[in-house]
Order: sequence, then C-alpha cells, then structure tokens
Amino acid sequence: MSDENQVMSTGDRLIYMANQIARNLATQPDAEAATAEHIRAFWSGDMRARLVALAADRPDALSPVAAAALRRIAG
Amino acid sequence: MSFARETDHGTPPAVATGKTVTLTIDGQSVTLPEGTSIMRAASLLGGSIPKLCATDSVESFGSCRLCLVEVEGRNGYPASCTTPVAEGMVVRTQTDRLKQLRRGVMELYISDHPLDCLTCAANGDCELQDQAGAVGLRDVRYGYDGATNMGQAKDQSNPYFDFDPSKCIVCSRCVRACEEVQGTFALTIENKGFESKVSPSQGEDFLGSECVSCGACVQACPTASLIEKAVVETGTPDRAVVTTCAYCGVGCTFRAEMRGEELVRMVPWKDGKANRGHSCVKGRFAWGYARHRDRILNPMIRASVDDPWREVSWEEAIAHTASEFRRIQAKYGTRAIGGITSSRCTNEETFLVQKLIRQGFGNNNVDTCARVCHSPTGYGLKTTFGTSAGTQDFDSVMQSDVILVIGANPTDGHPVFASRMKRRLRQGAKLIVIDPRRTDLVKSPHVEAEHHLPLRPGTNVAMLTAMAHVIVTEKLCDEAFIRERCDWDEFADWADFVSQPARSPEAIEPLTGVDPREVRAAARLYATGGNGAIYYGLGVTEHSQGSSTVMAIANLAMATGNIGREGVGVNPLRGQNNVQGACDMGSFPHEFSGYRHVSDDTARGAFERAWGVTLDAEPGLRIPNMLDAATDGTFKGLFVQGEDILQSDPNTHHVAAGLAAMECVVVQDLFLNETANYAHVFLPGSTFLEKDGTFTNAERRIQRVRKVMAPLNGHADWEIVQLVANAMGLNWTYGHPSEIMDEIAALTPTFAGVHYDRLDAEGSLQWPANDAAPDGTPTMHVDGFVRGRGKFVVTDYVPTDERTGPRFPLLLTTGRILSHYNVGAQTRRTANTAWHPEDRLEIHPSDAENRGLKDGDWVTLRSRAGETTLRALITERVAPGVVYTTFHHPETQANVITTDYSDWATNCPEYKVTAVQVMASNGPSDWQQDYAEQARHSRRIAPLEAAE
Repeated sequence: MSDENQVMSTGDRLIYMANQIARNLATQPDAEAATAEHIRAFWSGDMRARLVALAADRPDALSPVAAAALRRIAG
Repeated sequence: MSFARETDHGTPPAVATGKTVTLTIDGQSVTLPEGTSIMRAASLLGGSIPKLCATDSVESFGSCRLCLVEVEGRNGYPASCTTPVAEGMVVRTQTDRLKQLRRGVMELYISDHPLDCLTCAANGDCELQDQAGAVGLRDVRYGYDGATNMGQAKDQSNPYFDFDPSKCIVCSRCVRACEEVQGTFALTIENKGFESKVSPSQGEDFLGSECVSCGACVQACPTASLIEKAVVETGTPDRAVVTTCAYCGVGCTFRAEMRGEELVRMVPWKDGKANRGHSCVKGRFAWGYARHRDRILNPMIRASVDDPWREVSWEEAIAHTASEFRRIQAKYGTRAIGGITSSRCTNEETFLVQKLIRQGFGNNNVDTCARVCHSPTGYGLKTTFGTSAGTQDFDSVMQSDVILVIGANPTDGHPVFASRMKRRLRQGAKLIVIDPRRTDLVKSPHVEAEHHLPLRPGTNVAMLTAMAHVIVTEKLCDEAFIRERCDWDEFADWADFVSQPARSPEAIEPLTGVDPREVRAAARLYATGGNGAIYYGLGVTEHSQGSSTVMAIANLAMATGNIGREGVGVNPLRGQNNVQGACDMGSFPHEFSGYRHVSDDTARGAFERAWGVTLDAEPGLRIPNMLDAATDGTFKGLFVQGEDILQSDPNTHHVAAGLAAMECVVVQDLFLNETANYAHVFLPGSTFLEKDGTFTNAERRIQRVRKVMAPLNGHADWEIVQLVANAMGLNWTYGHPSEIMDEIAALTPTFAGVHYDRLDAEGSLQWPANDAAPDGTPTMHVDGFVRGRGKFVVTDYVPTDERTGPRFPLLLTTGRILSHYNVGAQTRRTANTAWHPEDRLEIHPSDAENRGLKDGDWVTLRSRAGETTLRALITERVAPGVVYTTFHHPETQANVITTDYSDWATNCPEYKVTAVQVMASNGPSDWQQDYAEQARHSRRIAPLEAAE
C-alpha cells in the first residue's frame, strides 16, 4: 500500500484476500486445492461469485495459485 | 441463598502426598492427609479453634497465639495453625488453661483497639469481635488506652476501600494475602511494637502505591481496618448469591453479597474452580456501571441517525425492528441483513441471536467479536488438534516447569490467572516471555523471566519457527510422542522445513531483532525443562499471520510432547468473559454450535429438524465482509447485541462508513455506545447481575450466571431476542434460560451433558461434557487428539504488508490495561478511571527525544488510516521504534489508526502492527473534535410529549 490514506475497495480487498490466502498456503502439499478449499469453507457464495467475476475482468490481479484455485471453485 | 459466611478452615489444605494420619481431637477420631494443620483438622470436624492471624487463603503464620492447643505428651501449648497432625496424636482444644491463655492474649489485643463496635462498619462481621466472644472476654486488665493508633488518619485514597490504622491488629493477613494470593508484594508492616502498622509500598497511600486493588487484603482483614467503602456506606449484607464475573475470560465466580435489592459487595468465591477465591480490581469492585446514570432503560427508535432518539414502548420498538428487517429483506434480498453476537452476553443469549439469524433471517450472516480477537485460535487449533479450545484448566499451571508466555500480558488482561502463574513461578518454574514490550511478568517482585525475547511486532511466526529449528536440529523432539500421537509424514515434512538454515535463529535475527543465543536458549529450555506450557493472547492472534502463529505454537507443543496431561498444553487466554462460549454457540458465519460447518448435512439436518426450517448451507458474511457489503449497497440491516464495533474494530472510518450506509442498525446494549451513533433502534440491555444464564471461560468451564436483582430495563437480554424473534414470526416459547441450555445440549454433542441441575450441583463443567466424558474434560487430548492424529502444519513466515517507511517510521501495537476492559464501556463508568483516566501513548525515551517530546505532552499519532491525538508516556517498557497504546477511551479512538490488514485465514484484524508517525501536538485533532460533536448530536433524546 502506498503512503496515502486510502481504503481498499471491496473488489480490491477480495483479490487481496485471495492472494493472501494463497501466499500463506503456498507451503501446503497442494496449495491450489488448499486455497480453493479455504475459500469455499469460509467465504459466502456472493463473495466467491464476485471474485470469479473480478478474475475474469482482471486476469493479472490474482497470483498463479489463487487463480488456479479460483478455476477449481468456478468449475 | 441466605447470607452465611464461607467456612474458614484457618489454614490451606495440605499438599497432597497420598499419605494420611489418624488422630483424636477432643475425643473424636479423624483421618486426614498428612501435613494438615491441627487447626484445619478441628475445623473439618466441625469445631473452631479461636484464631486471628490465620485464614485459609494464606499459609499459617503463628503470630497471634490465640489458637493454642494441648497435645498429649508434648510440653507447652503449640499453635494449632502451624502444628501438623501426626499419627496417634491426641489434641485438646478447650481446657481451663487454654481458656486462660486465650483470654490473656485477647486482653492485649483489645487494650489497643478502639471499642466503637456499634458504629463500626464491620459490626457483626468482625472476627475480632467474634473471637472476643469465643474466648469469653469480660474484662481487660490493662485498660483501654493502650498506645492505640486512634489518632492516625484513615487512608481513603483508594476509591473502593478504606484503611483505618486504628483498627489494625497487625495480624499480617493483608500483607501475606498481597504476597501469596496476589503476588504483588505491595504491603509491609513498618515500625515495631505499638508503632507497627500496615503500609503500602514506601509509605505511600494506597492509591499511589503498587497496590493493584485486587481486594485480597480487604478479604483477609479480620477487622474493619481494611473495608469496602460500599459496606461503610450501605451496611453489611444480608444475603448472597453465587454468580460469575462478566469481565475477562478467567471467569471468576463471586458471592454477590446483597442487602435487599442493593449489591453491597462482590466477594470472590472460595469454591470457584477458576479463581480459587481470588479476584481483580474489575470483578471485585468495578460493578458500579450496573446502576450508572448513563444506562438507557427505555427502548428508542428514530428514522435517521440525524434525528434525536424517541423513547417508545417495548411493543413499538420490537414491532419496528421486525418490520424494518422484513422490509429490507423484501427490497434487497434475504442476505441483506445479519447480526453480531456478544462475548459479553451469556451462552443462552448468544445461541438465541445466532438462531434468530439462521432461523429467522434465513441466512448465516452472523459473526461475533471473537472475529477481532481469537478467531485465529479457532482456525489454528481446529486444524492442528481438531477443536477450537485451550487444552488445560487453570489449575494445570501449578504442575508446569516451564511457562512460555507469548503475546499476552496476563497481569493486566487476566490478572487472577496471572497471580496463580506467579505463584508457580515463585515455586521455581521457569518463565520465557516473547513480547515486544517488557511486560510486568518479565520482571516483578520475586518473578523474573529466564528469557525475554523482545521481538519486532509482526515476526511471531519467524520466531516460533526458529525455536522449532533449534528443537529439531538439536534433536530435542519427543519422537515417541510424535510417532504415537501425530501424523509422522506431516511431522517429517515440517521438520525438514524448519531445519533449513534460513529458519535458524541467526538467519531470522534481522527480522525479529532478537539475539539468536537467547532464542536458542529459550527453545532448549522449553523442550527440555520438564512440563512446558504455552499461554498466549491477542499478541499472537491479531496479526496478518495470527492463524499461522497459533499453528506454529501447536507444532512446538506436539514436537516436544507437551500435550495431553497436566502442566503442559496450549492455552489461549481469552479476552472477554464469554469469548469461548460465543464461539462454542455457533456465532461464526460458517459453523453451528460445536464447531460444525454449515455445509455438514448431518449437523444442518439436526438443526433443521429442531427448528422446522430449511437452513442455508452457504457460509455467511464476517463482520468486515458485512461492512464492505454495506458500503457497496448490498447489506442494509444489522442487529448488534452487546458489542461496540465502531470503537473496537479496526479502521474506524471504514466501520463508520459501513454503518452509515445501512438502513436499519439495531443496537442492544447498556449504554448509547459509539456504534449506537449510527443506530436506528436502541434496545436497552441488562447487566450480568440482572439475568440467569451461563458463561464459558478460557478453560472451557461452563459456569452459572445468576440473577441477583431485577433487570432495570424490564427484560433480560434473552427475553428481548425472543420478542424480536416472535415479532418475526418464529414462535419461541422459552420460559427460562435453562430451557435454552437444554436445546443447546440436544443439538451440540460437546454440550450433551450440560444442564442447569448439574451446573448447580457441581458448580461448573468443562466441555466436552457428554456420555464419553460425563464429568467434563479438564485436560483435552489425553489419549488422542480430537481430530485423530495431531497435524503438523508448515508455517512459512510471510511478512505483513503493513510496512514502516520514512513517513511512518514507528510500529504501533495496542493492548489493554489492568483497570479497564475492552472498549471501557463498563469500566469507564466506574471509579477505575482513577488509575487510567485516558489512553496514553507509550514511547521509548530515544524516540521521544528525537521528537522533542516530554512525558505528558500531547502528540499526534498518525497512520495511513487516520490520526488522533493523545498524551505521551515515556517509558522503556517499549523498545525503540515501537509505540503502544490502549483502546479504552472513545475520545482517543485508537482504532482510527489501525488498518484493514487482517489474518489471512480469519480476517482477525492486525491490531498489533500499524506503521505510524508521532509528533508534537497542541491538543485534540480536527477529527476528534468533529467526532465529539457528532456523538453529542447523535445521542440527543427528544423530550417526551406531554400526555393529552
């Protein structure tokens, strides 16, 4: 984050959260599956759906692990 | 319950050796544990040997000479308090010679004691008075003029109790209670002979001394020398009800001693299994908020938060609430509303709120204040051990050899447990403290940490992984335990990870700033020092890697075999009184009571059958998700019971924006708190003194809360939720909280054996309490982990994205202080403000000097999220580069500073790491002034219209 006083938009926050989860689960045996499972278990359906839409609009915003996890969720 | 004093056996129970002895006392044969005093033995037989300096909360002292007895075959008259029973001993407690001796002793005491009994506040509740009667004192040969201290002024500086030196008999019970029970060593006896008197610290008054106002001295005092002001003002109580404190997660039980409907004093209950007869300043004294003038007793509504409040009937308020929630759902969808349960309310009330949301709102948008404190504990311990709970009871610490405290400040946050811990440390257990601050535990009278690792905030995972590195690479693991109890392959993966050179204490020193030799020594001590117990608090959980830190702690405990028996374990110190219970009761949006996921068809099916509705199988929104959705326009209504998210949650600006975007915010609370500034409906709540229920403390102990007075607002909180539910068409018919607990037991396997009759009979139960554990479970994971095999989880250190830089060069960490509780809604409305009238910013002398600051100066504290002003407290408790403050006062609003960063797994806010700048200031910021005006405007209550 820059040194500006700002609050993330909800979309930015969802992307940030997904990347943060993926980054913290990176050392798990199957990081993609672990990330997908975590998001399924703890995020509401609306949040998941919105993240899927955001990923379609901003394909580079998600880390590779988070993006792969999201494909599992969307699939 | 009528009023009866608790029995005082004079001396504590003997340390258990397994051996017994048989003796005769006054012709009665008795068999007792070896080491029991004659005084205690006589008391257990139903007798009472006269005594003054002895009480069973402290070790015997043998100074008053009133408890003399005769022992056959022994010369003289030994003091029964210091003489242990022996096999075949024959004791006489009442003979002519003993009567004569006791009267002689009592004459000396009374000759130096004011005889103002009829006007003394302790009249009828005075042991000196009782003992004078017991020994048959009829005359005092030495006169009554003695060298009394009657001319000495009372010390009335403490807001809760007075010290009258003239009534002191110098029995030292207060001094010993301060040392042995509380562990503060604030009192001493100064001078000699007739000049002897109790003195706090170095001749200071009580308020200005090191005294922490726990009340142990007042409780121990046999006269009116130390006495509660409330007793002086009100008189002695005439009935008592045992109930549970509504402050921290220790869960102390008290006798609420009453005179009619008026609470006179709260006295810690000796049979309380959490507190063992001890208390802190909050539970013992800070209950005056219950009748504070700020309490709102009538329901209120308003169309807009810009309008003044309008007092209405309960019927109108409840109907309006239900109507608004249904209107919003009709317009914006079923999931457009939600609610927040309170860790300050009872299990039964919490269960009802989540039931209202799941059954009545038709969604899982329920969350709780544990979101912002111990949600990472839930995730971390469930992942590694299989359930979200601490592993031990509090008594366990007395079996510990090494105590590791990380991210917790128990002397302030959990003071009664801290006293127990300090007692064990004085007995010789070793202490490791991992904390950026030099907390009181690091060094205090007769307690000093073997190792203090003052790590940089945000580096817990790196530190714990480095300790694991030492334990694994130096082959200090308990391989037998791991092979028997844990998944070996997962252990092997974890061991490979932590063994890498990059995880060594030397490699991570640039991150943590801690001397690697100290890290290695601490790790060796924890692994090899005997029973190792870990206690942790919000300094672990309130980080972007809070859940990882909890799992790293669990890894350490499993690797060293420190799980599954007394003296060891992993112990989260819960913040609020019922955090454990609120989590147990299904307050999280992804799980039902008993930690079962909402997608679990079996669990959900049980609730659907019981409640007669189809339940949502999708997780709902967490608090921060609700606020985000509100600012996006998709979340429009919120029910908040006993919680003040505007003050307690991070990034106040964002919380305010979310609340302001909603169409109906309902706050149920004692006071018009900060969140209520954005509310449309206010439902007045009831205090813990005004209702029945249960709290569950940090050791999973379920204890009764008992109503001692009628609710001033007319309804207990559970009744109010039921009114809302029925207005929404749910047809609830609970007549008493015990019926709610019966439903909890029927639907929650870990609570299956919990019913009020059992709680009343046994005092408490620790869950799981069910067919598999009929008497509850003091220690978890004894024969195996709840999840089967313990799971080692690789916890890689991921630095927080909150970084210092040129504009924000310091790290702010926040916490709380002994005299206040959470957002201070209760304690700010008591005399506890005498100790902490405002939040202060702790700053290291070097950082202060660089900024030209002096102690007490007003400073601006600024982060990327916002700024506030408060006064500086220059101290070496914080390291250079680190500043610290509390969040007890809304005038400061420390959470204006904290950011949106949160734990990766649970969204628990990262309160403990905020990059800030500090600079001199002239006074309150523009924001503070604007907020104060807005709050004043929002709290207006329209005058009632005159009846026609």
